Amino acid sequence: MADDAALHEPDLALHVEDLTVSYHGAPVLWDIDLDIPQGVMAAIVGPNGAGKSTLIKSVLGLVRPIAGHVRLFGLPYRNARRRVGYVPQRSSVDWDFPTTALDVVTMGLYGRLGWFRRPGRREREAAMAALGEVGMQDYADRQISQLSGGQQQRVFIARALVQDADLYFLDEPMAGVDATTERAIVAILRRLRDRGRTVVVVHHDLQTVRSYFDWLVLLNVRIVAQGPVAETYTAANLRQTYGGQIALLEPGDPVPGARPAEPAPTDPRHLETMPRP
Amino acid sequence: MLAFLQDYTIQTVAMGAALLGTISGVLGCFAVLRRQSLLGDTLSHAALPGICLGFLWAGARELEALLAGAFLTGAAAALLVLLIAARSRLKTDAALGIALSVFFAIGVVLLTRIQAGGGGGQAGLSTFLFGQAAAMLRADLWVMAAVTAVAILIVVLLWKEVKLVTFDPGFATAAGLPVVALEIALTVMIALAIVVGLQLVGVVLMTAMIVAPPVAARQWTRRLETMVLLSAGFGVAAGVTGAMISATARGLSTGPVIVLAISAIVLVSLLIAPGRGLIWTGLAALAERRRLRGRQVLLTLYRLAEEHRDPAYPAEKGTLDAYHRAATGPALARLEAEGLVRSVSHHPEPTPHWELTPEGHARAEDLAGRPERAK
Ligand SMILES: Nc1ncnc2c1ncn2[C@@H]1O[C@H](COP(=O)(O)OP(=O)(O)O)[C@@H](O)[C@H]1O
Ligand SMILES: [Mg+2]
Repeated sequence: MADDAALHEPDLALHVEDLTVSYHGAPVLWDIDLDIPQGVMAAIVGPNGAGKSTLIKSVLGLVRPIAGHVRLFGLPYRNARRRVGYVPQRSSVDWDFPTTALDVVTMGLYGRLGWFRRPGRREREAAMAALGEVGMQDYADRQISQLSGGQQQRVFIARALVQDADLYFLDEPMAGVDATTERAIVAILRRLRDRGRTVVVVHHDLQTVRSYFDWLVLLNVRIVAQGPVAETYTAANLRQTYGGQIALLEPGDPVPGARPAEPAPTDPRHLETMPRP
Repeated sequence: MLAFLQDYTIQTVAMGAALLGTISGVLGCFAVLRRQSLLGDTLSHAALPGICLGFLWAGARELEALLAGAFLTGAAAALLVLLIAARSRLKTDAALGIALSVFFAIGVVLLTRIQAGGGGGQAGLSTFLFGQAAAMLRADLWVMAAVTAVAILIVVLLWKEVKLVTFDPGFATAAGLPVVALEIALTVMIALAIVVGLQLVGVVLMTAMIVAPPVAARQWTRRLETMVLLSAGFGVAAGVTGAMISATARGLSTGPVIVLAISAIVLVSLLIAPGRGLIWTGLAALAERRRLRGRQVLLTLYRLAEEHRDPAYPAEKGTLDAYHRAATGPALARLEAEGLVRSVSHHPEPTPHWELTPEGHARAEDLAGRPERAK
């Protein structure tokens, strides 16, 4: 890390090298090398506890890695912050917080507003526009606890949209939402991709990976495979990622009914790392 | 009464209580929303060893030394909590509990040692357990006012940052806010609020001043701005009320009375606040149950009518009760009031019978046709 200002792999939206993360003891991410080109819609897929959220958090500087480096458009995160949008896991916040949908979306602009400046009319208009993009303009003044799970997720996505980023990270945006919302979210993400933005999504449903995404990263503590979906989505890779839980697969199968299950108690990885409650 | 309000001591105590209510009401909101209600408890209990150390250091009951000691051990406890939470698998609440017990135990040991040592100076030390409002001086008010003003200024200036850190610290970090620094600032301010309140309320009950006003305020509002203002208002109201009550009645110490006043506000808010209050939600649940029962009875009448190919088929009340395994009388009465059913006699049976009115039939058809759509 001699010179942070010097560009390193500037053509890649995301470049991760030798990244290792551990919370207490056993590594949660081990020696991750990951490259995601610009303009793709990428899925990060792996079983529960594989380290998908941790990977995103360490890219965004929320978790300090014990080794390795991360570059976004060739820059370390703190220099590329303005170009990055983030949608955390919906369950990571308290939805009974006293605030409205519009207010949450406006929070996406706090970072660039700077100290002491209050959001004004311009910020409110931008937030309204973002709410409109996710079809939630009628719920602007709604208390967030009164929104359905899918609506809360849309609000979170609107908060990222208002960041007007070049690279988006979304942690399980499709978890626990209804089919209509899922379709709407995919459409929004596709629009972003078609405008040249890069979208990285932690995804939990193997069945939809091939129809939604064009780039795939298979993760289970280590990177199992990465690349264009057509080449990466193979039975062998999936089996290696999920460790025998989808052993029914034949090579080239369309993965019927395969869903990432909770890791079985006999999963060897779980014997060494305590699951978090 | 006027003479009473002009009493110097009472004025001082009331103003002190109002200042304490303001600062703890404002800062408490963020502690409660960050799910750190126990933080205030830990910080105030951890102040006790500091008070004792301050006494030992100064050799007398000098307020400045006692409060400085309280602040230092409070800060040490907060640091210990951060360390435990960051370096072990324990969650923050467990770490808070550990720090609370350890520091309070040390404090009690020191307190008993000092009191066993005798001497005149130690006399008032144990009043810090439950507070002693009468000991407050006008000069103390200036300290309280300054601390309160600084805390409010910081919250106003850093409003959006503090709000985002409270709601979503992960997103705040990713957006480039110095989250750790802001969290430390909030914690230090809460520690200061506790220190200024110790004289009045004491270490044991101080946490109520941090937790109770925000909990009550949360019941009444949907916006953080209003919640903070209301919380401060409740804090002031409870503080002044408590000070007045304990001044008029002999032998009531101020701290516990203030805490009782804020507890009363919490109780009322939990019960009657529109939308969130227990009474409100209970009534809403009752209304919902009644609505459902009415629909079910209407549909039963409809199905019976369909089966008998008679839109006005009179059903015996006993049949309805048996079908629903409950008395359907109240539901039928409500449906009758809406003009959906009417009571008829069905010769020769003497028992009451009920049939659908044309409107009732139409409504039931509607419900049966679209069973998934709740009306
Ligand atoms: N804050 C934390 N402290 C300790 N362990 C954690 C923490 N967050 C996650 N872990 C552990 O790290 C592993 C990976 O978690 P995570 O990244 O959330 O997985 P995923 O998102 O793929 O389900 C899990 O075993 C989890 O228990
Ligand atoms: Mg996750």
